Amino acid sequence: MDISVSARDVNLYYGDHHVLKDVSFDMNSRMVTALIGPSGCGKSSFLRCLNRMNDFIRGARVEGDIRIKGKDIYANGTDVIALRRDVGMVFQKPNPFPMSIYDNVAYGPRLHGIKDKERLDEIVETSIKGAALWDEVKDKLQASGLGLSGGQQQRLCIARAIATKPDVILMDEPTSALDPLATAKIEELIRQIKESFTVIIVTHNMQQAARISDFTAFFLLGDLVEYGVTTEMFTNPKDKRTEDYITGRFG
Amino acid sequence: MIVDSLNTRAHLEEKLNEIKRKLLKLGKMANEALTKSVWALKDHDIQLARAVIGNDDQIDFLRYEIENDCLTFIARFQPFGEDLRTVSSIMYMAGDIERLGDYGSSISKTAIELANEEFIKPLIDIPRMQELLNEMLEKALSAFDQKDLSLAKSVFTMDDLIDDLEEQILRELVLMMMEKPSRIEQASRLFLVARSLERAGDHITNLSERIFYISTGEMTPASKFRRPLPPEKG
Repeated sequence: MDISVSARDVNLYYGDHHVLKDVSFDMNSRMVTALIGPSGCGKSSFLRCLNRMNDFIRGARVEGDIRIKGKDIYANGTDVIALRRDVGMVFQKPNPFPMSIYDNVAYGPRLHGIKDKERLDEIVETSIKGAALWDEVKDKLQASGLGLSGGQQQRLCIARAIATKPDVILMDEPTSALDPLATAKIEELIRQIKESFTVIIVTHNMQQAARISDFTAFFLLGDLVEYGVTTEMFTNPKDKRTEDYITGRFG
Repeated sequence: MIVDSLNTRAHLEEKLNEIKRKLLKLGKMANEALTKSVWALKDHDIQLARAVIGNDDQIDFLRYEIENDCLTFIARFQPFGEDLRTVSSIMYMAGDIERLGDYGSSISKTAIELANEEFIKPLIDIPRMQELLNEMLEKALSAFDQKDLSLAKSVFTMDDLIDDLEEQILRELVLMMMEKPSRIEQASRLFLVARSLERAGDHITNLSERIFYISTGEMTPASKFRRPLPPEKG
């Protein structure tokens, strides 16, 4: 299988706090990998290492090796802006920019130097279509993104993330603020976009992880306890701690 | 009300235990049906045979109740890991146990048909099979109740004895039929009883396979613990 993201002996510290401990695993290309574990286990911190979002946190220090398509993203001279183009992110709460739907999606491509109006129109349309939002917004592309419903806003954020044609899309609990129908739409969307992108998703909803992911990684207290094929993890986990977590004995 | 601690598993475990208890009850009902059907046959007891047949609906109803409980449990708790393996296995196990009840009914029907006939030979091996099955089923049910894999394993080897007895009965009946063709009808019916009991052994063996699956997550075929097949003749 094609490896998209590879982590080797990754350690993360916030000051003295050792958040991730020797995390090593490979995430496969065009697959959905779910990161699960109780609050504070390090799964979101790990996700943030993958596009260097932890750079924004004072005192954060990453050790080890993280490669995306073979390229060391912590190497000296790495263009972090370009990295975040290749590694898009969708957050817990939909966070469209306070601008029109069109501009939200065109923001990334413009930032990376695309000015041609026709080219931008095309990117905006394919991205919004790719996020399964087109039919709902095609007549009001100039309306504010903030006027959309929560679920639509989240799909707009996904459209914004895929507009720069990233290799990897990181999702940090993308449906935790959405109702069941909007959640189902996002899940279906994830299933579709994995044909073109590698998706790595943090979720607290284990049923969601079981439904949408191909691989699951279980984190606990900064350790990667178990990583494997999702169907196996949820029916017959190898580690007692995974079993205890997925069956609700703790967490 | 003051909540001191929250046991998030309590509700789930309570419901799962309820289903497990029902499965054990189903097992006891089926065991009784099988046992009594052989008694009815042996003792020419039409009354008892009718009672077994009349009771079969209760077994069927409880089986459907268990299936329904399992579906409700899955819908409500969306179980994973061992919980999921347990509840899905119970659905299959209920089917296997319910079949034992059906064999009881079918043997009871034979008992009624043969109630007024002298047996062509004293019934020894058929009651022996029934006693063994009784023991196998009790072992399988306690293995399930206590998650005791060594107990579950002992069931596999006992099924070899059941197969031996069936083979022995067949040989004996064939000889008797060859001697006197007028025995064919009764001998065939008796052989079908032995066949039902042999099948019952297979269903009990299935229960043990499921018990292994619940604990280990691996599908463990019974053949792994049974004697090897005899070499091919020729």
